Amino acid sequence: MKKILLLGSGALKIGQAGEFDYSGSQAMKAFREEGIKTILINPNIATIQTSEKLADKVYFLPVTPDFVERVIEKEKPEAIALSFGGQTALNCGIDLFKKGVLRKHNVVVLGTPVNSIILSEDRQKFANHLRKINVSTPISKTAGTLSDGLKIAKSIGYPVMIRAGYALGGLNSGIANSEIEFKRIASVALSTSRQILVEKYLHHFKEIEYEVVRDKFDNCVTVCNMENFDPLGIHTGESIVVAPSQTLTNFEYHFLRKKSIEIVRSLGIIGECNVQFALNPKPNHDSGFAHSSPTRSLTRITNQVVRHSGEEERDSTTTPESIIEYYVIEVNARLSRSSALASKATGYPLAYVATKLIIGKSLTEVKNQVTKITQSCFEPALDYLVVKIPRWDIEKFKGADEEIGSSMKSVGEVMGIGRTFEEAIQKAVRMLDIGAHGVIETKYFKKEEVWKYIKKPTPKRLFAIVYGLKLGFSIEKIFKVTGVDRWFLHRLKNIVDAESEITNVIISHSGVARSQSAHSLSRLTTDLLHKLKKLGFSDRRIGETIGYTELEIRNLRIKNNIRPFVFSIDTLAGEFPAQTNYLYTTYWGNHHDVKPIGSSGIIVLGSGPYRIGSSVEFDWNSVNVATNLTKYSKKSIIINCNPETVSTDYDICNRLYFEELTFERVADIYEFENSGSVIISVGGQTPNNLSGRLDKYGVKILGTNASNIDTAEDRNKFSDLLDRLKILQPAWKNFSDINSAIKFSDSVGYPVLIRPSYVLSGMAMNLCFDKSELIHFMKRATEINKRHPVTISKFIENAREVEFDGVSQNGKLVLYAIANHIEHAGVHSGDATIVYPAERVRYHSGLRMIEIATQLCEKLKITGPFNIQFMVKDNEVYVIELNLRASRTFPFISKATGVNFAEVVVDSFFNKAKFHKIDYPKYVVVKAPQFSFARLGGADPVLRVEMASTGEVGCFGETAEEAYLKSLLSTGLSLKKKTALVTVGGDDNKMRFAQSVWMLKNLGFKLYATHHTHYFLRSKGVKSKLVHKVHDKKSPNVVDIICEKKVDLVINISEKGDGNMVAAEFKSDGYLIRRAAIDNNIALFTDLNSARLLVKSLSKYIDTKNLMIKSYDQYLNK
Amino acid sequence: MRRKGKLVLKDGSKYEGESFGYEKACAGELVFSTGMVGYPEAFTDPSFEGQILVLTYPIIGNYGVPDKKYWESSRIHITGLIVNQYIDTPSHFESKITLSTWLKNEKIPALVVADTRLITQKLRDEGNQLAKIIFNTSASLSMEFEDPNIRNLAAEVSTRRVTKFGSGPKTVVLIDCGVKENIKRSLYHRNITLITVPWDFDIFSLKEKFDGVIISNGPGDPKMADVTIETVKKVLSKKIPVLGICLGNQILALAAGGDTYKLKFGHRSQNQPCIQVGTKKCFITTQNHGFAVGKIPLGFQPWFINANDNTNEGIIHEKLPFMSVQFHPEATPGPVDTEWIFDKFLDSL
Repeated sequence: MKKILLLGSGALKIGQAGEFDYSGSQAMKAFREEGIKTILINPNIATIQTSEKLADKVYFLPVTPDFVERVIEKEKPEAIALSFGGQTALNCGIDLFKKGVLRKHNVVVLGTPVNSIILSEDRQKFANHLRKINVSTPISKTAGTLSDGLKIAKSIGYPVMIRAGYALGGLNSGIANSEIEFKRIASVALSTSRQILVEKYLHHFKEIEYEVVRDKFDNCVTVCNMENFDPLGIHTGESIVVAPSQTLTNFEYHFLRKKSIEIVRSLGIIGECNVQFALNPKPNHDSGFAHSSPTRSLTRITNQVVRHSGEEERDSTTTPESIIEYYVIEVNARLSRSSALASKATGYPLAYVATKLIIGKSLTEVKNQVTKITQSCFEPALDYLVVKIPRWDIEKFKGADEEIGSSMKSVGEVMGIGRTFEEAIQKAVRMLDIGAHGVIETKYFKKEEVWKYIKKPTPKRLFAIVYGLKLGFSIEKIFKVTGVDRWFLHRLKNIVDAESEITNVIISHSGVARSQSAHSLSRLTTDLLHKLKKLGFSDRRIGETIGYTELEIRNLRIKNNIRPFVFSIDTLAGEFPAQTNYLYTTYWGNHHDVKPIGSSGIIVLGSGPYRIGSSVEFDWNSVNVATNLTKYSKKSIIINCNPETVSTDYDICNRLYFEELTFERVADIYEFENSGSVIISVGGQTPNNLSGRLDKYGVKILGTNASNIDTAEDRNKFSDLLDRLKILQPAWKNFSDINSAIKFSDSVGYPVLIRPSYVLSGMAMNLCFDKSELIHFMKRATEINKRHPVTISKFIENAREVEFDGVSQNGKLVLYAIANHIEHAGVHSGDATIVYPAERVRYHSGLRMIEIATQLCEKLKITGPFNIQFMVKDNEVYVIELNLRASRTFPFISKATGVNFAEVVVDSFFNKAKFHKIDYPKYVVVKAPQFSFARLGGADPVLRVEMASTGEVGCFGETAEEAYLKSLLSTGLSLKKKTALVTVGGDDNKMRFAQSVWMLKNLGFKLYATHHTHYFLRSKGVKSKLVHKVHDKKSPNVVDIICEKKVDLVINISEKGDGNMVAAEFKSDGYLIRRAAIDNNIALFTDLNSARLLVKSLSKYIDTKNLMIKSYDQYLNK
Repeated sequence: MRRKGKLVLKDGSKYEGESFGYEKACAGELVFSTGMVGYPEAFTDPSFEGQILVLTYPIIGNYGVPDKKYWESSRIHITGLIVNQYIDTPSHFESKITLSTWLKNEKIPALVVADTRLITQKLRDEGNQLAKIIFNTSASLSMEFEDPNIRNLAAEVSTRRVTKFGSGPKTVVLIDCGVKENIKRSLYHRNITLITVPWDFDIFSLKEKFDGVIISNGPGDPKMADVTIETVKKVLSKKIPVLGICLGNQILALAAGGDTYKLKFGHRSQNQPCIQVGTKKCFITTQNHGFAVGKIPLGFQPWFINANDNTNEGIIHEKLPFMSVQFHPEATPGPVDTEWIFDKFLDSL
């Protein structure tokens, strides 16, 4: 085999995120070692797998059957790998297989046979298959219609679980307790899926997963098992997960292990597979025998004891029975989120090994990549445990329901490693970067709300449980309503008890914290402090509890030589000496596994969990900076805590600390390693925020110095600097009372942009179009935090927004690139469609931007990466923001220009960067956002000043239209019916969109329009079918035609203001239209400029065959 | 506050710990096991007789202790226990008592120490060592180091009676050198008549005819089980099918003219990969042994080898139905992938 095609997973979205960059990257490394060329199709331009050195050829194209077939025709690969690109790649592969495309082109599917994949994806067939091998699934039946579903639900009895077939991350699944709930959930599920599965809901069963690998010689190992903290009913992607399992006995562990292997064998899996089980924590003997139906798997293992050996002899035979009731919930015949987690949890590189297996190697022929002396046919033994916690951003979506359940809403995850559950979970909580400094965090709710948040599963449930324990709720009571195993609750209580111990010792003795400061701190004995550290308390939290600062506690700790120890993850619990560089820290030890690297070591801080606004692009930055350090004979030390990333793959750097990105831990590692310096500017805002404190503590930071970073980040200081340099910026001011805010807004004129200075998950940034809105949001913002003022700035309408990415060295600009947004300013840059080269920036505006950038580089003595957001209105250039760190657009701009900006950043740190002049390209690259609104029931899917996208794609073309259309097709656009609903609010918008409507008409689109738009179009001579607004209560109404799927494109351009929070709250027509489009999986455009570009693109490339199949290197002319 | 205790190694190194077991000094061979589940099964495995066990999995006690009928023998066999964290709040429907209560009931000392990984690395690098657990008592001061391997441990843990169970068509004699219950359960399950005899019993004095002989697992140096070796020699000469498990593997090798040696730190885990010689098949096995087969006896060939360190993991006769495995086909604790060994042996009867 010489050449294979690998399908990537496309844009990051909820349910399918960075883990596939990791698995694809590992696969390509493994293929390359075998001398096999890989062709990669993945439109996700921010990924590491689409960077040089991994794939032999990259196509930034949609992972859809049409495009993949055209790449196959061109590249003629011998085989295709489907298991590294998530559900997207798998679904595409199944399609290609079913259509006979693969057979036609003689392309072999590597690994697991496609028929097995198809079987595992069809719930009914799969349940039948499992029954045949004596493995049970919950009683269930599939339904293709709502009425069939209702009948099934009735026969099974409520509550029932509804699952949609072929859905990633359990999209549109749910638990229905009644017929009404059933109707609501099932109708949504049936809109995206041909069939739904209705199954018995297993109340408070444990959820257990196994990761299994199998080679073609039938060797089979389970690399890891995992136990969910949350019981069944909360999707595993939404659950806190521990590995290995904590509450399973040997019998349960190995019974399920055996079953998972039997399943994998029966499917003929080659490579990797994930099996999820539901396990009854308290199986009932009686019911087990009463219901001996084959679907119920209450297995009795007859342990016929003959007699005991030893001194106590028994002559009678006894027949003890181990009893187990379990069901298989799901099987994923591919690499998954769980397999990425399992890889990081154990050090066993699942994707790498799976790659070797699918090309026919045996497990015993693949060397253990960690020990280098043992091999891969083994099951890792852990001498630590990991705790994964999902990261949610539900608050960022206006109107979205915060309840979590059987479908995914989380956008990322972290993994804490420790030698006890207490240590690991407290680390993990801090890793989330949500302002929580441990599991005891009472700021999220009022006392009287605690019980409500214990009962209702939300992202805050962990904190509610701990708060409840603190308030004295019994473990039994909490267990009853949550189903969280008592074991976990006892561990959490252990943390709570330790906290009350310190408050008792210190505060109750001295009356108040700090009243007799010297005395009270001396009460914090070495033993007690050490105990708290072992239970995962941070210095900061200990300090807060007793009235001291983080640094005071740190100093006390260091004085008493209480420091964390550095342990390695070696896959064999220390049984073999391993040359591993995969490290974590713990207080449960007495030695270090490694010696410090010393001054040649440079710490690179990663980006932490993926979330809205910080995603795979920062991982690209971190990885590219870390790998380029070798150029200067430096050793890279990465600190990161996100198991979905490539940066936490231990072969990326010299040392990997899977650790917290907190001041405390970074300082610990810096001191232990005796490192030369730390790079904080490439992992996004999380590490960037540490700059001040690290600098103050004496940590050497590479690049721009901390006080200049502060100047750029402090609004007042930065504004003064701009004024001094005579650089324009939108008028702004800070306010803490409503009246002066109104006065200011009246003077600068509406709309104004309002944002609180203390942002809790971006809760209150908004545009206000009039006084009443201003008052509404001011009230809300000041409610959030009275101590912090809100910033109000003039919002300039219809302005262009421009991204300026650059690298500077000692204050001299050495590299830059300019790209512009398609949407007008007002759409968050992370949600904007971005075009490179900037085609809407006039020559002299461009010059002005370079001039401003040069000035700022000089004044702030910038060394390293920076990004400026400019706004252009009436040929005047305004600065919106300067970030002295690598931006989200770095990987995009690096790939678009062919110059690796991260590499130049490293050069600049060592004073070796040369001035780069980038030639104007012969192609256009368009980056488009990927939204995941479908998963966030209730969220208003409209582009706003706050970011809502979860990922991005970037495609190349000869024209912007070609690149844009490819990008849209990559994010799921599909226009087969050529019918569109057009609702355009406002006369101005209508006029500006008129030409596009004409073009749509000429393309053969059948148009539907609401009242005003309909009459407007009629006045312009364009026919459209009138549909009524929902509130008119007339038929056909606008939401009905969407739900009935009469249209496959919805263009909903709002009047000003309809996009802000009020819309979702008051359920305006615009909101209902947008939500219906998303819930019915119909393409939605809410921005005038992007809708216009869409129509232009369609008119040029209505036949997608005209979209060119060209590889990345062809565009770059390499 | 729990009482303090100390783990002292023969080389002089000391590890402070907090006691959660019975407070009585003890001495034995310090060994480590890397299994992540199954401490009730492991502690009651007679092969651990005389050993102070360090568990590398850091959190122990999670699911308490089940009813006696689930144990691998009627008592705890480890001499002492060393863990990283002890959990006194178990959670499992089958848990009857906490681990601490069990250890106290059975008079087994146990300590939580600061760095079980360090101890493990030490044993790995320097080999198993003699060690003792001591408390601040006068009895502790007089506690001497004691090498269990110079004792006939199999004799200490073997049954003293002959018993017969089951009524299957074939009869198998099980020589108990410290047998795990699950070997018996596995055989009983396969519908045979099973006669269990002490390690030094003359099986040819039995009235019953038997079709095969199984030599069980057990603790210590196989060479100490001299009577068993002699018995097996006779079995071989009569060409009666034999299956050896763990210590039984070593005894079969010695009886057939091979040799055994002491491993540096042994194999005590549930993840040992064993390749079936001549195939690409590899099995994940449970192991608990400090000695291994070195010289393969004449007429035998290696059946399994360890994929990690290439040590012998079983031998099989070229023509006759004599076979043995170093690992535990009965598992408990650990993976059940090699249960087929029982079937293969029974098929040869």
